[in-house]
Amino acid sequence: MSTVNGGLAANLATPPLAATAQAPRPGFLRRLLRDPLAVISLAWLTVVLLASVFAPLLTSQDPIASKITDALAPMGGDHPLGTNGIGTDVWAQLVYGGRTSLIGSLIVVVVALLVGLPAGIMAGYYRGWFDSAANWVASLIMALPAIIVLLVVLAELGRSTYLAMAVFGLLIGPGVFRLIRASVVSVREELYVDAARVSGLGDARIMRRHILPVVVAPTIIQVSQLLGIAIVIQAGLEFLGLGSANQASWGGMLSDAFQNIYSAPSLLLWPGLIIVLTVTAFCLLGNSFRDALGVGGAAAHARSKKFAGIKDSVVAAIDTAPTGTSTTAKVPDDAVLVIDDLKVAYPLPDGTESVVVKGVSLTLRRGEILGLVGESGSGKSQTAFSVLGLLPPQARTTATTMTFDGQDLRELSKKAMNQLRGQGIGYIPQEPMSNLDPSFRIGSQLTEPMRHHLGMSAAAAKTAAVGLLARVGIQDPERVFAAYPHEISGGMAQRVLIAGAVSCNPDLLIADEPTTALDVTVQAEVLDLIRELQAERQMGVLLVTHYFGVVADICDTVAVMQNGRIVETAPAKQLFAAPQHEYTRMLLASTLEDGAARPALVSGSESTSQAVTSEGAKQ
Amino acid sequence: MFLFILRRLAAGLVLVFVIGTLTFFLTSLTGSDPARQILGNQATLEQIADKRAELGLDQPLLSQYGHWLGGVVQGDLGTSWSNNQSVSKLVSQALPITMSLVLGALVLTAILGVGLGVLAAVRGGWIDKVVQVVSVVAFAVPNFLLGLVLALVFAVGLGLFPALGYTPFATSPGRWLASITLPAIALAIGAMATVAAQTRGSMVDVLQQDYVRTLRSRGIPTRSVLLKHALRNAAPASLTVLSLQFIALISGAVVIEKVFGLTGIGERATSAANQGDIPLVLGIVMVTVVLVVIVNLLVDLALGWLNPKVRIS
Amino acid sequence: MNGPQQLVEIDQVVVDYPVKGWRRPPFRALSDISLNIGAGETVGLVGESGSGKTTLGRAILGLAPVTGGEIRFEGRVISTLGRRDRQALSRDIQVVFQDPYTSLNPAMTVNDILTEPLLVTGTTRKDADRRVRDLLDEVHLPTDAGRRLPREFSGGQRQRIAIARALSRDPKLIVCDEPVSALDLSTQATVLDLFIEIQNRTGVAYLFVTHDLSVVRHISHRVAVMHRGSIVEQGDAATVTSTPSESYTQRLLLAAPVPDPIRQAVRREERRAFAAGTASAVG
Repeated sequence: MSTVNGGLAANLATPPLAATAQAPRPGFLRRLLRDPLAVISLAWLTVVLLASVFAPLLTSQDPIASKITDALAPMGGDHPLGTNGIGTDVWAQLVYGGRTSLIGSLIVVVVALLVGLPAGIMAGYYRGWFDSAANWVASLIMALPAIIVLLVVLAELGRSTYLAMAVFGLLIGPGVFRLIRASVVSVREELYVDAARVSGLGDARIMRRHILPVVVAPTIIQVSQLLGIAIVIQAGLEFLGLGSANQASWGGMLSDAFQNIYSAPSLLLWPGLIIVLTVTAFCLLGNSFRDALGVGGAAAHARSKKFAGIKDSVVAAIDTAPTGTSTTAKVPDDAVLVIDDLKVAYPLPDGTESVVVKGVSLTLRRGEILGLVGESGSGKSQTAFSVLGLLPPQARTTATTMTFDGQDLRELSKKAMNQLRGQGIGYIPQEPMSNLDPSFRIGSQLTEPMRHHLGMSAAAAKTAAVGLLARVGIQDPERVFAAYPHEISGGMAQRVLIAGAVSCNPDLLIADEPTTALDVTVQAEVLDLIRELQAERQMGVLLVTHYFGVVADICDTVAVMQNGRIVETAPAKQLFAAPQHEYTRMLLASTLEDGAARPALVSGSESTSQAVTSEGAKQ
Repeated sequence: MFLFILRRLAAGLVLVFVIGTLTFFLTSLTGSDPARQILGNQATLEQIADKRAELGLDQPLLSQYGHWLGGVVQGDLGTSWSNNQSVSKLVSQALPITMSLVLGALVLTAILGVGLGVLAAVRGGWIDKVVQVVSVVAFAVPNFLLGLVLALVFAVGLGLFPALGYTPFATSPGRWLASITLPAIALAIGAMATVAAQTRGSMVDVLQQDYVRTLRSRGIPTRSVLLKHALRNAAPASLTVLSLQFIALISGAVVIEKVFGLTGIGERATSAANQGDIPLVLGIVMVTVVLVVIVNLLVDLALGWLNPKVRIS
Repeated sequence: MNGPQQLVEIDQVVVDYPVKGWRRPPFRALSDISLNIGAGETVGLVGESGSGKTTLGRAILGLAPVTGGEIRFEGRVISTLGRRDRQALSRDIQVVFQDPYTSLNPAMTVNDILTEPLLVTGTTRKDADRRVRDLLDEVHLPTDAGRRLPREFSGGQRQRIAIARALSRDPKLIVCDEPVSALDLSTQATVLDLFIEIQNRTGVAYLFVTHDLSVVRHISHRVAVMHRGSIVEQGDAATVTSTPSESYTQRLLLAAPVPDPIRQAVRREERRAFAAGTASAVG
């Protein structure tokens, strides 16, 4: 009975976190049937269903007749599974009891859906007073322990399994309501719903065409689990003796088994087994639905931000140190990073591999800023992360050479690599707000690495951190030190992250699009800051970007990447003045700087349009 | 933060009041006559009328309600119709038993559920699969069935625990623990599965966040990243599930008490409902809801404290 | 440049958003905005985050609440229209959003997405299908694209689909909310050219919202610069984006880096000098 609201709770909390608002992808049935667990579950459930429907064909015994003389008969003969304490045939009870259970759980689901589905859609779509009222009522109902309510109701209205199940459906309704509402709210905020409204679609049509398909998936999953929960609850009620009289039921069988537990404990076996198997089948089916529908984080929703690298997961905490045989190549003495023939590949579901970095070589000297430029999919972020060892565990990295300050990164143990991070190699991420832990104060996030790497005391670390915050241009460093991430702006957050990157005095700084998410005025200041820090500490900087303006502002050398390869490397001035590779030329020509503006519109006629490709950036 | 607490408290009080009122009116719509039920079918009409006056049932409904409400506010839950004892006394006798059971199960659920969930999320691989399978099965086994099996094996079979009955803590802590161990385990299993599944889900989500990667890039030890940062951010979801499980555990206790012969609230409620003893039923409902509200309030407070946006406002 | 009747007149518009909490004052997203858009004209709206530029676009579309002032379209007040009338307006005012990945329903085929606005307003299926083929042609997408799902297309191609959807009923005004910001450099240029080509052919007007000065210069006839909910400067594109009169606009200009190291170094100095100049003027 502890699963009453519990099973739902598991679903209630997950959707807002992990659910992606999308309708089921086509081919769902095919995917489902390829899952062995789903097939087994469906098969078992079909067996139970058929056995219940065709019960009269499967047994001639009466499921509710009692014949004391036949009590506790052994298995065999007239009674294939024996009889219970009052002489009723066990097998008959099992198959007829199936009817009670299946009908009962169906009632629960129908009532719960009737209560929760329309209300959830209305509340999620229209919000407003209905939403608040419905939420309040839902909280009210969910605060009631189900069995207590059922006891009261059954005491008033008499023992009836199906009535009890209907009431239980009412009690579960709020759980369904919350789930549906959460789904609708998340879809509601999608841009394509806005676009539909602007296109002139009415509410009814939007709900039917755009919202409902998204709601289908979580509903199906939940229905499957509800069916399972309902069977368990029903069994409990029947066990307590509150089910309908004169009706075979699995819970009733357990009650009888309980009464005869000393004389015939084996009576527990059959009803127990069938309940466990049936409920497990429903649960597994629910999980399979979830996988086949692609809901809840399993499928990658196409909300890929333009420059998002593949997200990392700490699962198994595997550092992807590259492998490969080393060669002794001629390396400049002040090189802080040397990469030769770096390849990064990801396994595909069909067994092949997708190679995203196809043999990248570069050298970064101490005090040099190298810009890694390319469009999305060029592999620039992947290259940067492979140096840090922060690619997802399934990435396979190989390189002929990968040395940092003389150390071969390929040979390093997990622990050694972790030591290097922060202290030898620093990292500036792209999105300021999502890269700070929201639950900890900024000061604590700054001091933690310093205390770990540099062995500082708390007080010393605090002084250092406050000093660092002032250095990166934060006006009130004491206040920011004590603040939480949600209390500061995006620009300030990026400065904090830069402070964190240099706090343990690394020799190499890896900056992944550090200004892309910032306003242009803040960007200029942040670039100034990076340049100053780099000059002060003589760090080598690997700057990943897609923006040539940034490259022109700050980079000494530029490497242009296309499709996983570097197509051109040159000192910045040279690259801009005389690009060698046609891809570089094409990219530079696409920049819009220096294009002439369109003259103001004279009423009626329009002046000549301008195509960028013919107008180039060069004057 | 203070306003937050105040608001939650007020909401809780409103909840208790509304549920109490609803239950009162629901139970007074009874089809059968309580007086007749108590006196039996042989009673004369005159005896029934007397009984009704004695119970205050001849008053208009609203004044009965007012009378009851007045009593509740002062802590008097009325008198039981089936054995003439004070409802408050009956409930307070039964409450410690149920609470031992439920709280014990809650502790088990919290420790095992969160622990297994974190393990599954962090280790992945086959450990994850095992935890998922165990969760499904634990979810599917009705807790009273598990209780029966546990009783058979460990109590009847191996004699390690008592199969029935309850020993108060005051009498003997050791025997108290023994008497609630099997029931608490049985009660906790399903809840533990749900909490484990939820914790695993939210841990996996948190571990995919940008800031986790940034923390790793600073060279912070993996253990710190997992246990200090990730767990802290995944905690609110687990706490929410735990509070919902508390309600479910109370529900489950009703059945478990029958299996293990414990005379807790559940057993009282069942017999009260069967006998039509309305004051006792009402009293139990009120106490239960108050308990739920208290636990919800505590969890809300914890959630508020964990959430920096709430804590500093 | 003001002709007898403007297509869109934004007259002292104010947008306030209610703030959750106990008697908190509302958040003023737009204060006293006045701007006109002529038929066939592109007005660029440029500003940083929090400037209110997206809010203004959404207010014209009816997606943000106008709490003061008026927005008039062809002389008629549209800022206070009810649901039904708004729907009728969808023929004349359309939108292209920023995010090509979430502005198209991932579960619908391109054909369904494009025919939907036509079918709900009474076009027959046959006419709708024919129109879709024409639209795909106009945005230079292959005609068999209709049968495919959005996720099979690149970001730039999805924006073309979004543009096709906006064009389907021959609107007079399209609000473009940062439509190229999420695209790669090379794709940005081609999509911008598409916008210009369409304007030349159909005479549609654009309100082009962007944060990128070079984009706004390339595509706009006139430009309005926004900062913290107000318009700080407006005028024709050439002037505002090279010799502005307001210091905020000048700051924006100088902050945008030039893709040439030598000239960028010069601009950096200019920016620093300007900042020092304004600081000493204030201090």
